[in-house]
Amino acid sequence: MPAVSKGDGMRGLAVFISDIRNCKSKEAEIKRINKELANIRSKFKGDKALDGYSKKKYVCKLLFIFLLGHDIDFGHMEAVNLLSSNKYTEKQIGYLFISVLVNSNSELIRLINNAIKNDLSSRNPTFMGLALHCIANVGSREMAEAFAGEIPRILVAGDTMDSVKQSAALCLLRLYRTSPDLVLTNEWTSRVVHLLNDQHLGVVTAATSLITTLAQKNPEEFKTSVSLAVSRLSRIVTSASTDLQDYTYYFVPAPWLSVKLLRLLQCYPPPEDPAVRGRLTECLETILNKAQEPPKSKKVQHSNAKNAVLFEAISLIIYHDSEPNLLVRACNQLGQFLQHRETNLRYLALESMCTLASSEFSHEAVKTHIETVINALKTERDVSVRQRAVDLLYAMCDRSNAQQIVAEMLNYLETADYSIREEIVLKVAILAEKYAVDYTWYVDTILNLIRIAGDYVSEEVWYRVIQIVINRDDVQGYAAKTVFEALQAPACHENLVKVGGYILGEFGNLIAGDPRSSPLIQFNLLHSKFHLCSVPTRALLLSAYIKFINLFPEIKPTIQDVLRSDSQLRNADVELQQRAVEYLRLSSIASNDILATVLEEMPPFPERESSILAKLKKKKGPGTVTDLEDTKKEKNNSDVNGGIEPAPVSTASTPSPSADLLGLGAPSTTSPGAPPAASSDNLLVDVFADTSLPVAAVTTGAEDNFSSDVPTLSEGASGEPDPSVHDADDAYYKFICKNNGVLFENQLLQIGLKSEFRQNLGRMFIFYGNKMSSQFQNFTSTLICSDELKASLNLQSKPVESTVDGGAQVQQVVNIE
Amino acid sequence: MPLGRQMQFMLLFSRQGKLRLQKWYVPLSDKEKKKITRELVQTVLARKPKMCSFLEWRDLKIVYKRYASLYFCWAIEDQDNELITLEIIHRYVELLDKYFGSVCELDIIFNFEKAYFILDEFLLGGEVQETSKKNVLKAIEQADLLQEDAKEAETPRSVLEEIGLT
Repeated sequence: MPAVSKGDGMRGLAVFISDIRNCKSKEAEIKRINKELANIRSKFKGDKALDGYSKKKYVCKLLFIFLLGHDIDFGHMEAVNLLSSNKYTEKQIGYLFISVLVNSNSELIRLINNAIKNDLSSRNPTFMGLALHCIANVGSREMAEAFAGEIPRILVAGDTMDSVKQSAALCLLRLYRTSPDLVLTNEWTSRVVHLLNDQHLGVVTAATSLITTLAQKNPEEFKTSVSLAVSRLSRIVTSASTDLQDYTYYFVPAPWLSVKLLRLLQCYPPPEDPAVRGRLTECLETILNKAQEPPKSKKVQHSNAKNAVLFEAISLIIYHDSEPNLLVRACNQLGQFLQHRETNLRYLALESMCTLASSEFSHEAVKTHIETVINALKTERDVSVRQRAVDLLYAMCDRSNAQQIVAEMLNYLETADYSIREEIVLKVAILAEKYAVDYTWYVDTILNLIRIAGDYVSEEVWYRVIQIVINRDDVQGYAAKTVFEALQAPACHENLVKVGGYILGEFGNLIAGDPRSSPLIQFNLLHSKFHLCSVPTRALLLSAYIKFINLFPEIKPTIQDVLRSDSQLRNADVELQQRAVEYLRLSSIASNDILATVLEEMPPFPERESSILAKLKKKKGPGTVTDLEDTKKEKNNSDVNGGIEPAPVSTASTPSPSADLLGLGAPSTTSPGAPPAASSDNLLVDVFADTSLPVAAVTTGAEDNFSSDVPTLSEGASGEPDPSVHDADDAYYKFICKNNGVLFENQLLQIGLKSEFRQNLGRMFIFYGNKMSSQFQNFTSTLICSDELKASLNLQSKPVESTVDGGAQVQQVVNIE
Repeated sequence: MPLGRQMQFMLLFSRQGKLRLQKWYVPLSDKEKKKITRELVQTVLARKPKMCSFLEWRDLKIVYKRYASLYFCWAIEDQDNELITLEIIHRYVELLDKYFGSVCELDIIFNFEKAYFILDEFLLGGEVQETSKKNVLKAIEQADLLQEDAKEAETPRSVLEEIGLT
């Protein structure tokens, strides 16, 4: 029932809410709201000062309107006024308003912070609580600046009430999350850790959350919490259900606290102290044992709470990965859950097992459940659960079960949800490649993938199969034959035509002997699909045709007729037209020898990391860290691979010494082909437009064998339009969107850039890579910041080493503010 | 190890998709909040009864449960403990129930600010603060008592004003 009797009902508010609910249409609602807004506005502006109750009522109405989804642009002052009231309920509403409608007006912020400060120092625990709640809800940087020093003191002070301590701990945690640099932990670390021993379990709960987050950044500092956490957990787990009184939840002792303690322990490796370690193991065993006991209550809350602790314990066991006995027990427990009645438990079991599968101790144990998992894949109604099953199959796959698992996944793919198909395709492709003993199986699998889910087979996948077929002689014939057969299907996916076209173009000769796959038949087969394909595929097919001309001179006239036809020579698409014209000409004028040389078989691709894996990583998580590392690795690779062996220095194959070593024609002050200077709002563009250019305007010191008076860039600006100027433009344009990449490269030097920015601070790492085998000596770099930018940007760079070894890379750090 | 597994936000909405309560534990613009709300409400309402209580959404996990006409949705990080979150939902419902006495949707509509106050005593900054039901309710009731006192103090003044003596 509407509890209007609870405290102060604010009748006016209840009436207003009723009115809104009674509105028959959206328009009526808006009309009523506008009427009320006008009323409130006039009341706020009116000369009669409002009493606290009315203010509270109107502020609350505004809040209600906002929460309905309408914009509110006034009321903040009145809300802030309420903060300074002595009446608890008025303060409460004021705080609620400003926590929900956060405003960045600096004057308001100052007033709010003032009110908070007063409440914090009021020694009234209810007021202090309100203030702390507000800070925790808003957590802005301004609040952090104002209170990050005060709150720890409140937290550890002896006379602080328990409830206030709880709020203080979590408030501090919030501030730490948003502004970690402002929360300094050193002074009071030990006292915070000591809170784990507090009598009040609420305080312990809050403190555990705080310590867990802090420990992740400073594990050393909070190391002492481990043994305290273990003993606390141990006491809880072994306590009788009456011991913890109100902290027992449906016969489970302190489940939330247990979960938090287990999570805290996941910040650290297994304890070194054998006593602590032993106690922890005992504890975990107890939790596992309890899971086997008959339940104390039929209520789902009981089993959820109990299992929540169990799953977290299993997480810890997996994380530590050190006790084979526990791991196997965990695996068995999860195995039981795999067949539980409750969908939630099956879901969680599948999920947990995924992590278990990667541990060497339990990998084998996980594999024993393969049939159950496959069954889940086939029978589970909930798509999320099926997805977990797929993930688990992927995780438990190894050489012994790869064929079975891939077959099941392909099976599943036929009926899978569209949203998850691409991921499954990638996974199957990765597994097939990783565990192929017999590459014919691999080829079959990929072709099956294309057949079943062609639309979701991304480029990386079919590029990869081509790369592998090219690199492996033993599977080329098989690939040609299989592809040929697959193409016979009346309706085949375009990706199959691409793969088929390429493979037949390269290896069609291997099956040409068989009359069923004679050259003419192969050509007609491909050409029959031609008009159904998109432009890129047609382009690929044209290339296959010219390769056929080389491989099968007997059908040259037939192919030439096709190329000669108007639909090719006058094709609307430039690429197709060009290819047709050029291939036709080539086939007419080139001798057989030349043709054979030009269209020689593709050489094997160099071994490189599968791009499919990278694509899967990208899909799975916004794992920017991984991406960064990949790009960095790529960059380094290209550095090593792409570096051209320089001509001996004495020859003048490199541009003359007076030409800037970097080949950039422009001096530092203006930017060549500048990005529009107008957009000074778009600061990011400006930052790169101007600083990257001066960065590129590096003065590399003379290498011994170069003439000693190598001019600096600004002097040596060779007037000639240097082709690499254009490249440099491209190179730094891309930094508008990217933070990392290669800024400049020539035969001697590669400059890479990696930058990160946060609010008003930035840091750029400039990598100078020496592409030659000889050393750079007296290497210096100068960073020039144009005058316009000097006013708004502050650049500090650390000096770079003056010797760069051949093939090595040095780094320069630039801090930008 | 992912840093700080905390709650991201909480939404309470009716079967018609009307939002009754919303609590955001991470800073987001109003526009983003509206977008998330729209999408998530749709996604959850489309779930069938026998499906499990967890679903993956963007890079988060959503734990939800329906109580009578209201859906309680909590968004947690991918690595967080789902079952304990289910019980957080239940505990919150218990608190509301105890406070309002057999809580129903109307209670939450007409006393939304109380629902937020109760939430703040139970959870703070996206973390569980107090798990003793008694302690949470005690804190709320204390506040109500203060309200009663305040109201008492007010009435005499307005009477005096009315008869024009001040």
